[in-house]
Amino acid sequence: MTTYRKPVSNTWWLERKQYFFFVIRELTSIFVAGYCLFLLFIISEIGDGQEKYTLLILSLKSPISLVLHFISLPFILYHTITWFNLTPKIMKLQIGEEIISEKLIIGLVYISWGILSLMIFWLILGV
Amino acid sequence: MKVTETIEIEIFRYLPDKDNEPFFKSYKVPYREDWVVLDAINYIKDEIDGTISYRWSCRMGVCGSCGMMVNGEPKLACSTFLKEYRLGKIRVEPLQGFPVERDLIIDINDFMEKLKAVKPYILRKEEDEKPIEEGEYLQSPAELARYKQYTLCINCMLCYAACPIYSLNSEFIGPAAIALAQRYNLDSRDQGRNHRQEMIASHEGIWECTFVGECSVVCPKDVDPAAAIQRAKVSSTIDWFMNMIMPLSKTK
Repeated sequence: MTTYRKPVSNTWWLERKQYFFFVIRELTSIFVAGYCLFLLFIISEIGDGQEKYTLLILSLKSPISLVLHFISLPFILYHTITWFNLTPKIMKLQIGEEIISEKLIIGLVYISWGILSLMIFWLILGV
Repeated sequence: MKVTETIEIEIFRYLPDKDNEPFFKSYKVPYREDWVVLDAINYIKDEIDGTISYRWSCRMGVCGSCGMMVNGEPKLACSTFLKEYRLGKIRVEPLQGFPVERDLIIDINDFMEKLKAVKPYILRKEEDEKPIEEGEYLQSPAELARYKQYTLCINCMLCYAACPIYSLNSEFIGPAAIALAQRYNLDSRDQGRNHRQEMIASHEGIWECTFVGECSVVCPKDVDPAAAIQRAKVSSTIDWFMNMIMPLSKTK
């Protein structure tokens, strides 16, 4: 029997907005991976003594560094938030016969994020 | 004379015995608040053009026969009201990603084979089989709750039509079949996970999925196949680590 198959165009990800947001989410992982490497680099620099540390702080304050940070931040936030919202798909929790609601799981993830961020602030600022 | 409001419906037509190329044909149907897209297509079939072919049966979102693309979204035609598209045009196409046999009718053989491939029935180890006289394998309500959501699938294939991965690579086992495999894997009475793993943990299985998540969005029964696939990925990853740590152990 002859059948017809609709061809998939290379721009399939522009055809529905949900696909577009998915592709953006995947692309933002480049920024996340890049920033992870950058953090590892910072840690190794800090380990090399006072002089390198002072240079590092100076280079972090440079306009290029600030621009790169401003560009990366929204992408990393987008990545984080979209994955936080998908957590209940990966983690189904059940107590007895009750399945824990998706909103509660998402809420707990945000609360943990907040607590961890506060701890880091406390560690850095020593408040 | 009373002016009746009408709405325009464009229907995808493919008539392989007459023309190799599909085309769209436009119809005007009366607009009624309580009509769904399926009512409108039935009206066309009865009153305007008897040559259009499509599948439908229950008209109440249970049989899963009338899945179609309505303005680019996979929908059950029986549960999609005309009023959602009032003042606009409705374009009806066959489900995305499947070969079309005629008009809105798709070839579902590939899907049926995939359902079969995941062994969707309770499998017991030979030594654990009990004779019928000993009765059923019992299950608590909490054990039922673990997988119940995945039993609600009506095989309408909207999730396949929403999945760009399946459109790009029809080898992918796909959302509904993996959700069905999870339904049995999570069933306390089942011991067949190892038999399903070969198919599920393959490249055409869960690892082909990139978690677009649209399968769960379009599912008319809230089966959440995206969750089933991600949970299967977690279990398979745990299996892999366990095999690394204890190469001789065997998971269920």
